[in-house]
Amino acid sequence: MLRLEGVEVVQGAFCMAADMALVQGRKYAVIGPSGAGKSTLLGALCGFVPLAQGRLFWQEREITNVDPGARPMTMLFQDNNLFPHLSVTQNVGLGIRPDMRLGKPDQARVAQALDRVGLADQADKKPGALSGGQQSRAALARVLVQARPWVLLDEPFAALGPALRNEMLDLVQDLVAENNAGLVMVTHAPEDVRRIADEVVFVGAGRAEAPKPAVALMENPPPELRAYLG
Amino acid sequence: MALRAFPISTKSGISAAALVVVLILGALLAVMSRAETGAGFVSSDWNALRFTVWQAFLSALFSTVLAVPLARALARRRFVGRGILVTLLGAPFILPVIVAVLGLLTIFGRSGWLNAVLAQAGLPPVSIYGLHGVVLAHVFFNLPLATRLLLQGWQAVPAERFRLAAQLRLTPWAVFRVIEAPVLRQIVPGVAALIFVICLTSFAVALTLGGGPRATTLELAIYQAFRFDFDLGRAALLSLVQLVVAGGAAVIALWVLPVISLGGGQDLPQRRWDAHGGVQRGLDGAVIVLGAAFLVLPLMAVVLRGAAGLTQMPPAVWAAAGSSLFVALISVLLLAVLALPMAGWIASKRAGGVEAIGLLGLSASPLMIGTGWFILINPVMNPADLALPVTALVNALMALPFCLRIMVPRLRDTVQDFGRLSASLGMQGWPLWRWVILPRLAPQIGFAAGLTGALSMGDLGVIALFADAERVTLPLQMYRLMGAYQMEAAAGAALVLLVLALGIFWACDAMGRRYAAA
Repeated sequence: MLRLEGVEVVQGAFCMAADMALVQGRKYAVIGPSGAGKSTLLGALCGFVPLAQGRLFWQEREITNVDPGARPMTMLFQDNNLFPHLSVTQNVGLGIRPDMRLGKPDQARVAQALDRVGLADQADKKPGALSGGQQSRAALARVLVQARPWVLLDEPFAALGPALRNEMLDLVQDLVAENNAGLVMVTHAPEDVRRIADEVVFVGAGRAEAPKPAVALMENPPPELRAYLG
Repeated sequence: MALRAFPISTKSGISAAALVVVLILGALLAVMSRAETGAGFVSSDWNALRFTVWQAFLSALFSTVLAVPLARALARRRFVGRGILVTLLGAPFILPVIVAVLGLLTIFGRSGWLNAVLAQAGLPPVSIYGLHGVVLAHVFFNLPLATRLLLQGWQAVPAERFRLAAQLRLTPWAVFRVIEAPVLRQIVPGVAALIFVICLTSFAVALTLGGGPRATTLELAIYQAFRFDFDLGRAALLSLVQLVVAGGAAVIALWVLPVISLGGGQDLPQRRWDAHGGVQRGLDGAVIVLGAAFLVLPLMAVVLRGAAGLTQMPPAVWAAAGSSLFVALISVLLLAVLALPMAGWIASKRAGGVEAIGLLGLSASPLMIGTGWFILINPVMNPADLALPVTALVNALMALPFCLRIMVPRLRDTVQDFGRLSASLGMQGWPLWRWVILPRLAPQIGFAAGLTGALSMGDLGVIALFADAERVTLPLQMYRLMGAYQMEAAAGAALVLLVLALGIFWACDAMGRRYAAA
């Protein structure tokens, strides 16, 4: 269980409060208007945005001030998920050892992950030589080897076409299921919510609402969410 | 998104900055302890102060004013060899001063090419020594620098504005007033200030082309008090004055100092629709030819004369070349140890106040630091034993502000783009440098290292204070040959020095680029 207890984030005039508990193994979609603080919520979970107030717990252990790299989660950003000067293999390897000292078993794991996402034949290329979809797959291979209990997606597939994006979301879905990880993903698209999410976190008006079951919420949205969905 | 916990450690950066401050302040304190204010400022000192400021002012004025038409012509004309010319404009910055002086002497000297032409025409000869020689040499170094900086500004003007000007059929005067004048107003003060500061601490030019009561800079006066009279008190007093003058000017320049770029993107001229008239075309052509001749002829003179003089060099030249190579390599290493952690510290801060520490190097004169450390070392051991290491250290300090300007913007971008990713992967310390920062900065590090190596290779400053008969660098050896009127041997040494300085720059720069491309 990932618990946000009286969390408040303040950035200049911007302010967002959150109070919720997220269950490992479930998939959460974060939706809401632009600028409401969806990315900020993920940043706060990951440790990139300092909390003005409140505490963060993972399985009863407080992680409010733990470094981003030591938290039980891995995040894919909107862009810059791969180092352009390193090969695909090296990029994935960093997920196992940040100092890149990979033993034989580690290298086998990297190769296995690349195989799993269908990039076995691109292992030695630099990200710049890959297509957008292949770059996403490489980043997902790293998520796979990191094998953390939580995967956070801050719209990493926004630049892909609809078919490719669905393909990636399906792949993500499979990967988190294999690792029994929880998923928190920011999205703008109601169809993504229907496709993948168990529950929805609506962010609006300075507050991230506690998660509600996706199907019920999307069929009978409260006024604020209805205004957003249009 | 506000970043927290970006994993670059600031500890080593702060230590490096503290070391720089200690090195400079240590020298300053040593100087102050010996400065005999009681002795007072004699009239020759006032002359030196006045001359220092006046020549720096004239050098900045001429360099900047002449750079405007040249940069303008280069910005709006396309011609064969334009790319090479723009690249060559970067050469004087890394050119050893004494080499350039020899080139200028070959053209403008007593029996130089210009006077030969004048004699043919029955005109009286010109002399290069004194104020106008010093200013001429400074313009030779700084006109290309100013041109490059102005060109950068010109090419930052969005193409849409020139398109709009073409559609509105603006007259040349209107184009100047509406588009070009605002750019100039923005850049010219910074460029002039930078050149003024650089020229304030000029030593080698004044040493070779100045001298005498009417053409002595403060820096040269320090050297003379030190070397000829061994009057440490007076040298210390002059050093203090130099620090106040150059330091004050540098602090002002800090706010207007332009960014030093790799020069990328300058190879392509903008598409322009104005200035198609024959008069403008002719004027631009003349400006470009004159500018190129002023830049290329002295360099050509060095190569031609040097090739002839190679056979007449005494073996001491090769020993000196070895020492210079050693000094340059140590400088590059010291620079890397100082600049990289400092850049990391500066880049992870939002405001650039820390950069001021790097600029201390620009404000403190090399001879002031040299004098200070001579005073500190003298009681303990023979300063000549440390001549080469101290020279290497001071040269690294002098290159530090430029190198920080080169590296910090790129490092800021790296933090911006990959800081979160590195943090989420738990990368910090050496792995972060090894796998993220060094590869991302490779071209900038190579360029900065090349700059430092070349500047250090060609430096004729502190070494003149410390050196004895055995421990000399190539520039000093060359100066001694010139002083002994062995001009042919000196020309040979100049060619060796030129090849070494440009070679070390090219090698470092190419290594950085190749590493980045691999």
